[in-house]
Amino acid sequence: MKANQTVKFKNKPIIIGSYSIVGPKEGKGSFGPYFNYVVNDDSFGEDSYEKAEKKMLISSIVGAIEDAKIKPNDVNLLLAGDLLNQIISSSYAARNFNFAYLGVFGACSTMAESMAIGASLVDGGQFETVVCATGSHFSTAERQFRFPLELGNQRPPTSQWTVTGAGACVLSLKGRGPRISMATFGKVIDFGVKDVNDMGAVMAPAIDIIGLCGMILPRISNTKI
Amino acid sequence: MQLDEKKRNEAYNRYVKSRIPKTKPWPSLFNSFWVGGLICCLGQGINDLILLWFPNMAEQNAWAYTLIVLIFIASFLTGIGVYDKIGKFAGGGSIVPITGFSNSITSSALEFKHEGVIYGICVKMFNIAGPVIVTGIVASIVVGIIYLFV
Repeated sequence: MKANQTVKFKNKPIIIGSYSIVGPKEGKGSFGPYFNYVVNDDSFGEDSYEKAEKKMLISSIVGAIEDAKIKPNDVNLLLAGDLLNQIISSSYAARNFNFAYLGVFGACSTMAESMAIGASLVDGGQFETVVCATGSHFSTAERQFRFPLELGNQRPPTSQWTVTGAGACVLSLKGRGPRISMATFGKVIDFGVKDVNDMGAVMAPAIDIIGLCGMILPRISNTKI
Repeated sequence: MQLDEKKRNEAYNRYVKSRIPKTKPWPSLFNSFWVGGLICCLGQGINDLILLWFPNMAEQNAWAYTLIVLIFIASFLTGIGVYDKIGKFAGGGSIVPITGFSNSITSSALEFKHEGVIYGICVKMFNIAGPVIVTGIVASIVVGIIYLFV
């Protein structure tokens, strides 16, 4: 395996601002105090959960721009994604802003993906200031991929909870903050797990394919995968 | 290469299977048994009450009214957000009786009401119950054909 998936950034783009919003359940978790804003009501005052997801995305983008202490007009590009069909929450959120928009989809990795793309564009000098954002909502994801909320079914122990929340960050070459020095773009790794209620087992091989093969498949770890 | 991949996937799936937490069958069976039984007793009670209050009613009509009452109760409990909690606790016990059927239709209707009356509620209402109805009708056709010739 060649390490050509990893890119190094010469100028090391800076994360000059960030903002996060989460739902009530996430706010009660162990990371609760670290989020910028915890929503009390997971509909966020909207009449549908999709609209709530969109509103969370808009709020997090506005919050990140404010946190970076720049004007909205300084932003050149928005990279955003979510879990819904045609990444509609991001697209509708982007309607509210006057900058270019590029939709990204990476399911759980959308945030990292948008930051990797954003850092590449900023590092290359194509764009000065890029906002990366991602949002998801438990209730919209359940509706899209699983069962209605009020259905009286049992969830198996391996089933996951889709986060209700949104996050955004601003990348630029000027300013203060943590720097992005490298990024690794991932491959699609499919180990043939067919259980839709066990996303952990599906995603685990993508994280460390060499280590995992070494651990459970010592005999065929030498072969090229 | 392809064989290796197949072997790798099989080994990984075996590994996953050995590690995933499993539901304990006995407690969940017990819960579904007593909740399901309770729903059946409730149905029988409603049936007896209807026959008590309307002594002239034919027994078959009383069955139909019992079902209507049970469907209403389950639908109502779904609407106020209680039935999914019962279902989480009881599993099959609250899915198998007619109340589970009612819950599956009401929950779908509730879920999709934002998409409008026709395209939301009417189209998506039978999202979960639909396959059950189709299977039931197909099975009854097959049984009917067999009955015709036997």
